[in-house]
Amino acid sequence: MWKWLHPYANPETSYHLVGKLIPWFAVVSGALLTIGLFWGLLFAPPDYQQGDSFRIFYLHVPAASLSMGIYLGMAIAAFCGLVWQLRLAGAAVAAMAPVGAVFTAIALISGAAWGKPMWGTWWIWDARLTSELILLFLYLGVMALNSAFDDKIAAGKSAGILALVGVINLPIIKYSVEWWNTLHQGATVSKLGKPSMTLDMFYPFVFCFLGFAFLSAVIICIRFQSQILQHNVTRPWVKKLVTVEENKHAV
Amino acid sequence: MNSKPAMSYFTVLTFIIKRELTLAYRHKDDVLNPILFFIIVVTLFPLGIGPATNTLATIAPGVIWVAALLATLLSLDRIFKSDFNDGSLEQMLLSPHPTYIIVLGKVAAHWLITGLPLIFIAPVLAVSLHLDDNAYNAMMLTLLLGTPVLSFIGAIGAALTVRLKNGGVILSLLVLPLFIPVLIFATSTINTAAMNLPYQGQLAIIAALLVGAVTLAPFAISSALKVSTN
Amino acid sequence: MSNHVPLLSSKHLTCIRQDRVLFEDLNFELSAGDIIQVEGPNGVGKTSLLKILAGLSFANEGDVLYRGKNIQQQAEEYRQNLLYLGHQPGVKGELTAEENLEFSLALHGQTVADTEQTLSEVDLAGFEDVYASQLSAGQHRRIALGRLWQSTQKIWILDEPFTAIDKSGVSKLEKLFLSHIQQGGAIILTTHQDFNLIASHVTKLTLQYRFD
Repeated sequence: MWKWLHPYANPETSYHLVGKLIPWFAVVSGALLTIGLFWGLLFAPPDYQQGDSFRIFYLHVPAASLSMGIYLGMAIAAFCGLVWQLRLAGAAVAAMAPVGAVFTAIALISGAAWGKPMWGTWWIWDARLTSELILLFLYLGVMALNSAFDDKIAAGKSAGILALVGVINLPIIKYSVEWWNTLHQGATVSKLGKPSMTLDMFYPFVFCFLGFAFLSAVIICIRFQSQILQHNVTRPWVKKLVTVEENKHAV
Repeated sequence: MNSKPAMSYFTVLTFIIKRELTLAYRHKDDVLNPILFFIIVVTLFPLGIGPATNTLATIAPGVIWVAALLATLLSLDRIFKSDFNDGSLEQMLLSPHPTYIIVLGKVAAHWLITGLPLIFIAPVLAVSLHLDDNAYNAMMLTLLLGTPVLSFIGAIGAALTVRLKNGGVILSLLVLPLFIPVLIFATSTINTAAMNLPYQGQLAIIAALLVGAVTLAPFAISSALKVSTN
Repeated sequence: MSNHVPLLSSKHLTCIRQDRVLFEDLNFELSAGDIIQVEGPNGVGKTSLLKILAGLSFANEGDVLYRGKNIQQQAEEYRQNLLYLGHQPGVKGELTAEENLEFSLALHGQTVADTEQTLSEVDLAGFEDVYASQLSAGQHRRIALGRLWQSTQKIWILDEPFTAIDKSGVSKLEKLFLSHIQQGGAIILTTHQDFNLIASHVTKLTLQYRFD
């Protein structure tokens, strides 16, 4: 099964493949973000109600979607690791967790900054905010577990199991929090609804979203490479790689 | 030669539970400490918030449930730790009986030892917090259905951290966020009951969580234990 | 014994722990009637090897085969024919010596009988009803070794079985090993002890430190 995947289960092949992807991702991300951010922050029309403060949307929404997307990616990697014994899955989980956690934190902080002018308070126990906060806890749990083990492989596997348990729980948590929220307070405060936006507000968002997605891909790839190296320090190909690098710098 | 193990799955299950109960019976403070903890935590709230009957009645469901979460958390360490340290855990994983059944037995025993006593103590504490009279049945039912879920989810965390020397703090970091849905549905069930409204819907959700936990959690626990004995 | 498929075989096993390669591309076969003694200095990976063979631990590369099939694919079948004793005896202080033995027999799907007789084989006659918490570490190990006398399993994987056993105990165990392999069993063990009775049956497998 999955024969075509086999060469990429090899750490050395994946290391080099990922290494080739990084510059492409970096260029695409840089271009998209430049266009998207300039367009969104400077040229898109201000919101008729929120004025310029709505522009934080171009950071907040991509960060929030990526925070969940990366968790899903992490769980998929963990699943592959457990079912098909892919050895690199642990490295992938360890590579993704901190990136996802940072996007979650950005989403929370930018959300608070947006909330202050909009709702007059930094924080409310809104369903979306609360479940985002819990998502941050889940990320921190995966990271804590991953760093608690001396043995990298056991660390990766344990963190993977936790990520999988988390992804099964995530919809339940989301549902429960939404449900709790409607029970405890009227939905009027938090109702942003679907911001009906004009197209010239929406296009820069697409650029920003894809730009941030590629940016996270770049960071994850770099972290993935370093995780592979850490998992394989004793292997001959890593040692060769290190000597080659050392010689390059020595000259 | 010896082709099939002599015991059916059910016999294995009761055999494991019996062993755990014997161990607990001969080591009673393991059973008593979480219950004492539960009582003391609940007592702290009136002292911190004030004796006003109305306030206490409002927070009662939350206080009892949060204290139950913490008491469960405190007792999680013992599910696998001593078996891990003395080598029994290795032998259990090498048993020809399915690990799923063995894990199920261990978690069930954990609930009998820590979850069940909480249910007996809870009404007394609820009286001291002036819980609404209508809410007692709901509280007992949520504890009955909800505390086993805590044992199952908690056992996943315990299995993941069993190898770590100071796993306790990490364990709480891993497990508490996963407890949140149980907390939310349980307290809202009790609140609904206090308002004299039908609460069967919420209760059914907790029951569903329990079914999900019983079927899925043992797999996660088994694979976590395999990683931990690695 | 009739066919040539070995009971247990290791194919290209590689084990890396804490960034150190313990062994690489290790191949050997354990057939009915064999005793393999794994030797080497401390920390060389003997215990890791035995754990991998037992299926408790994963090898970084390679497979362990039971009768020619991967042990992960027939775990229950394999475990019915495996007796593994690790460093830790798996004995509970809260249970008596006899209860401990009964538990481990039942756990491994064996019928529980003659436990008193077995305990006297490991010099624990008279200690049946004593809580294990009042027994010494050596006595704990002997409770665990009691399983060998009642074993129905073909493959024994024993990590330092002779520690805390006196001379007469050792020769008793050796006799037991002999009768086990004569009945078509196989043993792989680690020990620093030299054998007397069964020396001619023992194959040595030496692991060495690797400096790379």
